[in-house]
Amino acid sequence: MSSRIEILNDGGYRSDGRRQYELRSIDIDMSPQGTADGCAVVSHGLTQVQVCVFGPREARKRAETLHDRAVLNVEVGVLPFSAGERRRRGRADRRILELAASIKSTFEPVIQTSLYPRSQIDIFVSVLAQDGGLLQACINATSVALASAGIALGDLVCAVSGGVHGTFPLLDLSALEEGDLPNVTVAITPRSGKVTLVTLETRLHVDRFGEVFARACEAGRVIHTEMRRAVRARTSKLVDAMGAGTKGTGEEDVERDVLMSEINDF
Amino acid sequence: MVEITIRKRPRTEAVVTQRKFFKKTARGKVIKVLRERYLRDDVCCGIHSCSICADSASSVLPSAGSLNHPMFPDGHIVLPDTNVFLAQMDLMESNLFNPPMILLQTVMEEVRHRSLPLYNRLKALVKADEKTVWVFYNEYRSETAVIREEGESPNDRNDRGIRKSASWYNTHISLSRLPVRGQAARPLPMVVLLTDDVANRQKADKEGIQCVSVRKYVESMKDSGKLLDLLSTPGSDDVEPTKAVAARQVLYPDYLPLSTLLAGIKSGHLHQGHFNANQYNYLEGNVSVSGFDKPVLLIGRENMNRAVQGDIVAIEVFDESEWKAPADEVVDQETTLKNDDAEESEEESDDKKTIAERRVLQAGFSKPQASAKQPTGRVIGIIKRNWRSYVCHIDSSSLTSSNATSLSQQTVFATPVSRLLPRIRLRTRQAPTLLGQKILVTIDRWDRTSRYPEGHFVRALGNVESKEAEQESLLLEFDVPYRPFGKAILDCLPSEGDRWVVPPKSASSPEWRDREDLRDLVICSIDPPGCQDIDDALHARPLPNGNIEAGVHIADVSHFVLPDNPMDNEAAARGTTVYLVDKRIDMLPALLGTNLCSLRPRVERLAFSVIWELTPDAEIVNVRFTKSVIASKSAFTYEEAQIRKDDPNLNDDTTQSIRLLNSLARKLKAGRMAAGALNLASPEVKIQLDSAESSDPIDVAQKELRETNSLVEEFMLLANVSVAGKIQGAFPQTAVLRRHLPPPRSNFEKLQDILQKRKGIPLDVSSSAVLAASLDKCVDPSEPAFNTLVRIMATRCMLSAEYFCSGSVARDTFGHYGLASPIYTHFTSPIRRYADVLVHRQLAAAISYSPLHATLHSKAHVERVLDVVNRRHRMAQMAGRASVEFYVGLALKARGERQGSTEEAFVIRTFRNGLAVYVSKLGIEGLVTFKREIQFDPDAYTITIPSSDESTTIAVFDKVSVKIEVEKDKNTQRGRVKMTLISPVDSRNL
Ligand SMILES: [Zn+2]
Repeated sequence: MSSRIEILNDGGYRSDGRRQYELRSIDIDMSPQGTADGCAVVSHGLTQVQVCVFGPREARKRAETLHDRAVLNVEVGVLPFSAGERRRRGRADRRILELAASIKSTFEPVIQTSLYPRSQIDIFVSVLAQDGGLLQACINATSVALASAGIALGDLVCAVSGGVHGTFPLLDLSALEEGDLPNVTVAITPRSGKVTLVTLETRLHVDRFGEVFARACEAGRVIHTEMRRAVRARTSKLVDAMGAGTKGTGEEDVERDVLMSEINDF
Repeated sequence: MVEITIRKRPRTEAVVTQRKFFKKTARGKVIKVLRERYLRDDVCCGIHSCSICADSASSVLPSAGSLNHPMFPDGHIVLPDTNVFLAQMDLMESNLFNPPMILLQTVMEEVRHRSLPLYNRLKALVKADEKTVWVFYNEYRSETAVIREEGESPNDRNDRGIRKSASWYNTHISLSRLPVRGQAARPLPMVVLLTDDVANRQKADKEGIQCVSVRKYVESMKDSGKLLDLLSTPGSDDVEPTKAVAARQVLYPDYLPLSTLLAGIKSGHLHQGHFNANQYNYLEGNVSVSGFDKPVLLIGRENMNRAVQGDIVAIEVFDESEWKAPADEVVDQETTLKNDDAEESEEESDDKKTIAERRVLQAGFSKPQASAKQPTGRVIGIIKRNWRSYVCHIDSSSLTSSNATSLSQQTVFATPVSRLLPRIRLRTRQAPTLLGQKILVTIDRWDRTSRYPEGHFVRALGNVESKEAEQESLLLEFDVPYRPFGKAILDCLPSEGDRWVVPPKSASSPEWRDREDLRDLVICSIDPPGCQDIDDALHARPLPNGNIEAGVHIADVSHFVLPDNPMDNEAAARGTTVYLVDKRIDMLPALLGTNLCSLRPRVERLAFSVIWELTPDAEIVNVRFTKSVIASKSAFTYEEAQIRKDDPNLNDDTTQSIRLLNSLARKLKAGRMAAGALNLASPEVKIQLDSAESSDPIDVAQKELRETNSLVEEFMLLANVSVAGKIQGAFPQTAVLRRHLPPPRSNFEKLQDILQKRKGIPLDVSSSAVLAASLDKCVDPSEPAFNTLVRIMATRCMLSAEYFCSGSVARDTFGHYGLASPIYTHFTSPIRRYADVLVHRQLAAAISYSPLHATLHSKAHVERVLDVVNRRHRMAQMAGRASVEFYVGLALKARGERQGSTEEAFVIRTFRNGLAVYVSKLGIEGLVTFKREIQFDPDAYTITIPSSDESTTIAVFDKVSVKIEVEKDKNTQRGRVKMTLISPVDSRNL
């Protein structure tokens, strides 16, 4: 039957001390890595994902190039020690392929690929540590890494997972909760209010789904603010480093919606 | 709109917030587990009007604490540690013990880890109205969270956490009440750590935390006298070692540590199972474990090693050369050990006892037969105790002083009512007043040095054989919840009370929405006499096309009992209505059960109807389900309906409807029997009560079964099967169904052997159809009751039916063996069974009448509810049976005073020193024991009583006459049925 640990106790606390709608600590690190054009390490609690973006660059295989837009190539690697059980996953592992496919289909409509005809954008995802919410971390890290690579995006994509315990929706599930609850992952583009991805692997009643879906969308906006703050901080740091601290990109227009042009300005 | 926030966890806190450990899986893999937790500053302290905590609206602890304890004149709040709840739950639950209390999360989790029943009681305690308990989530508050240090045991870590919380509370109180300038500082209430752990107390003293032992705390309370008896016996580490204790002999082998046990079970050389005591022989028990066809026998005290009925134990199975057959002897603990002294002077009496027991054991195995050998083994550890409170009598012979005014502490024996339990030793000052009463006793501990478990007195139930005490003890023994319904539950009833009526038909009325108007149908109900909760009614009428329309109308309970309100939760916890001979413990408040939902005649009622179109041969053409409004035309007893049906002068609509139903029912039954349904028998007797008020039984009679019983039964079965199919189709994952697994063939081995050897009748058990046919052939022309007897014995070989959630088991195990139906559920008695209420909700959703409540979509939830319902159902059956037994005893006594009762009986089992017989007229089983040596042939199932002129042989299935008396046990005052053989031989002198 159910696990020995209470998912949501009578005091309204989850097993890790959060309440229903509290997200785990988010950490976004955009320091450059090697020769990558854009890079980000994002952690949600103990789940940590690194994404490196190369491109847009000339496609390696001529046959796959498209004359009017860029080709997206997503590769996912899961480090053997990332999960509790030490396990090597090959590239052809079905779960990994599915993860890559989900990331690709999430970003295809968001990246303005038509700006980069006959080129290729490579997204390399490596999962460093897993404690639930893997897909959400991959998508969020990819979002930030693409932004740091200066690739034109319609918006930052923000993903968050949610589950239902009895009749109570919970947000941002840990691995323990994921194992016990029906769960969804929702990715949205907050500026346009569009939903780019919804996954649901278990059966869930439609009423419960509606509720958790609505909460996840709201949570997406919260993550969006966090991402913007990180991107802005990184940008201003770079601008400062270049010694050209032009005013106007500073803190005062936090409220203005972020535009990719801002990041691509420098 | 709710607020969504991110919990920030500074990296510097990682030491406290991250936990890493390694875990080994069942397959031996090592898994790294990383967990994190978020520490917060908004965990509320729970003290009323605290100036620091923001959310103190729900706080329950009085700001001045409790001023009632003489030790703490400035006010105090208690903070008990885990052991207090593990050992002293009865005290904690007492109405006399209610200081404001802080319950730490650490403590709750430890209790949950150690014992689930105690955890559930703890949870009930938190919610109880008369208690003031605040749950403080100390592990999530940044100041009180602790981490395990290098080399620290989990226990020490928890104790440290508890101390830390206690000292935090005291600091918090002083911070929240900084002295106001110009006012004299008010004395602050203090948080007192309640613990029986001496080491913990010493550490707390060093850290400046107020702490006190439970005993000391209780002793200085006002009602200390009554409360002290509730204290469980102190552990030996707490008492000064006296000479007697030090010299005490070790009687039982030590248990292995749990980790070793679990490892052993994984590796396969140990086995785990429930311990079952043998009711005939207290020196024998068995454990059914997977891997062995037959249960593993545990013979003798040392091998049973302090296991108590229901405990989950780990056992070691002996080498096959040591396997034995179960003893064929009746060994009664009271007679064998009647000279045992409760005041523990073990050494002297010890040898005698062991010798007596050893003799019994050896005698039992003088003639081992290869055929009946069973694996044997011994208990080497306890996985989980399943101790609860037991109904007992005080053994008068164990009292040192029976002077009624004596208040000296005595150690006495309490003999449990259930024969499956050992005697319990307990210390009390009230012993003389408790003599002749039924009392509730809890087992606290069972040491290696103690022959008997030690327990403490919980409360008295009343005089033995007073009906109230017997009734309550029955309910307690079978764990039946019998408290009156609380206010929150009664508030869920319709506000009109008993004036509620079906509103006039109109489109706007919510009651009439999507309901069919069936008020004109000729519907009637058929029930046992005096039935107040009528939950089913029937109708049938011919259709113009030659087919027949038949309908079953069930009380629409789900209209009144809405999901997840207090009434629904209570009904789910009760699971079923319990019927005792003279009392009914309702699942739902009486207003619903016997009035608003009861389909009384000539009253409009809401119903849930199943309506079939059947061919005259009872083939289903179609079936539909609908909510409806009906007005039953009449309510018959089985007898009235039978008379009406058979009376050729009556030809009214109702009578014709009954005849139509009856003709269909006969065809339905024939169809079922052809499909292999079993016609099983269980001993059913009826107690005739003198009058409703005095409820003195005057006689026992066997229940009569009429054609109309079968009529109702057939249609209920048909409705249940139809509904089962419908809800399974609509909700394949969570449909509430009922199944009856086919019994393993080994269950029948003994019966097959007996039948073959004694009567030369083979019994084929390969399928239910074959078994049914085979049972039909078990007839003895000279003895009509023989067939019934075999059926009763066959029924005992079967498994019991159970509710299950359709998504939880494989599709091919859905079948109902006894009914030979591929799918089955319970739909027809929602007033008295909770599973039916769930089925009603699912059916309503399946016909799109109403949406299905979220909880019924959750497999885990349905499983959890059905687990409870299954257990309650089993307990209710046993309670009902025990109640009948009690009244049979009373009736026998009444009879015995007049003439002494001699009845015919069948032998059902032979022992080395006796016979077990079944008295079919009374539906009771009894034992006849012989004091003199007799010859016993276990392979032929016979005993031979030698005598000077001619010896007599008695075998299983033989008909004998027994004299039945009710004899009062001199020590415990409990009445017990005593049987002696009258013919073929008179055993009174044997
Ligand atoms: Zn406070």
